[in-house]
Amino acid sequence: MIRLSNVHKSFGSHEVLKGVNLEVREGEKLVIIGPSGSGKSTTVRCMNGLEIPTSGHVFIDNVELTRKNRIELVRNTSSMVFQQFNLYPHLTVMGNLTLAPVKLFGKSKSEAQDIARHYLEVVGLEEKAHAYPATLSGGQQQRVAIARALCSQTKIILFDEPTSALDPETVQEVLNVMVKLAGEKNITMVIVTHEMGFAREVADRVIFMDDGTILEEGTPEHFFVSPTHERTRQFLGKILH
Amino acid sequence: MIEQILSPACWLVFLADWHLFLQAFGVTVMVSIAALALALALGVVFGVMSTSHFLLPRNVARAYVEAIQNTPLVLQAYVFYLALPYIGVMMGQVSVGIFAVGIYHGAYIAEVVRAGIQSIPRGQSEAAASQGFTYVQTMRWVILPQTVKIILPPLVNQMVNLIKNTSVIALIGGTDLMNRTNDWATSGASIYGPPFLVCGVLYFLLCFPLSTWGRRYEEKLKKKDSHAGEELRKIEEELS
Ligand SMILES: Nc1ncnc2c1ncn2[C@@H]1O[C@H](COP(=O)(O)OP(=O)(O)OP(=O)(O)O)[C@@H](O)[C@H]1O
Ligand SMILES: [Mg+2]
Repeated sequence: MIRLSNVHKSFGSHEVLKGVNLEVREGEKLVIIGPSGSGKSTTVRCMNGLEIPTSGHVFIDNVELTRKNRIELVRNTSSMVFQQFNLYPHLTVMGNLTLAPVKLFGKSKSEAQDIARHYLEVVGLEEKAHAYPATLSGGQQQRVAIARALCSQTKIILFDEPTSALDPETVQEVLNVMVKLAGEKNITMVIVTHEMGFAREVADRVIFMDDGTILEEGTPEHFFVSPTHERTRQFLGKILH
Repeated sequence: MIEQILSPACWLVFLADWHLFLQAFGVTVMVSIAALALALALGVVFGVMSTSHFLLPRNVARAYVEAIQNTPLVLQAYVFYLALPYIGVMMGQVSVGIFAVGIYHGAYIAEVVRAGIQSIPRGQSEAAASQGFTYVQTMRWVILPQTVKIILPPLVNQMVNLIKNTSVIALIGGTDLMNRTNDWATSGASIYGPPFLVCGVLYFLLCFPLSTWGRRYEEKLKKKDSHAGEELRKIEEELS
């Protein structure tokens, strides 16, 4: 589904990814963990063309993602949920959810609204359809952002620290929605998160990134029980308190 | 001149030709609207170009803005007026005026639009890109609609300047309010007071409501939406 082959990425002289190899299978729920600055976001952003590797290759469904085809390829294959929600503040919740379906996928307005209402129900916010993002709590905004991603009906959804900007008391409502999504066999999810309880519940596989490379990978249990590297143990020790 | 303003006889002579002024005022209003439409179109296109990731559109936009902002409007109007016939374009003075003023303010509005676009957080265009919007679609549906709210005050400021600057048409001989006033006053009766006073009042009636509205809007925006107000303050600082 997604394949990163020897991906390097530099910003100026700073090499942020130092040869990442990774294959995400269709329907897989992959969690990425690692210390700040280790390249988690950059890795995920390479998967939808927000960053183009300095060298190496990214394939989506066996099609190489390039500067030229990224918009089209991404439009039909993946969606993203950001740490800062990034909802469109000038549009209502309904407007946020129907913009891409109407403008990009040629859906009629009423068709797009039906789909939007369905996904609003999935995230439990059907009564907020006509609210503006600024009037919603962080947790609600993030659930709307998830619904917006779902409205594109892509097979891949990327999450970059979806709960890191939230108040502790609203983290769970967002995680609950994500657990529900993870129940869908055909959605491929790549999730950068430090919520290890969540990872244990949904992840098929966890990878630990350090200094621009994948240092260790395994099941969530592997990471809880017997991480191989000292570096991994240190990191987990910190985030598990 | 002052005595003339107080002289009923002068006013009577002036008022006999009142329709001429009204008609010229109509020309000024029309020119303002047409030049504004042109300036807005140019401003949006070149403003968007100047935020492009590509060097060529960015440099083209830069060249346009710098060339226009660093030479006098009057010179530009003369050049258009004198040069266009050479390349086979025949236009009346009023049309030349519309182009000159539209192109001139287009450059300033491009800067306003550029600053406005740059004030929108990067997350917005990233969200749009992650959904598969192209650059132009992102501008059209996501960025520009958010920009409008913030740039309205400097835009209104530009509109007011544009209205005043349409008077450059007088220099190339088009019959706008300024030219009609000057013409009427200097030929014939040598009555200056009433026509110039009325001319000023007419420009004022166009500009004052606009600038007042712009200032009120700005105050309200700053009070209601501190983030937008802060962005606006930064834009104004950058443009001044
Ligand atoms: N656009 C950019 N320009 C320059 N440097 C960047 C850019 N994006 C990321 N970096 C740098 O690349 C490094 C890795 O960033 P990245 O965001 O991928 O890390 P991360 O693992 O997601 O960290 P965090 O947990 O803090 O989000 C950081 O040092 C960051 O400063
Ligand atoms: Mg990150």
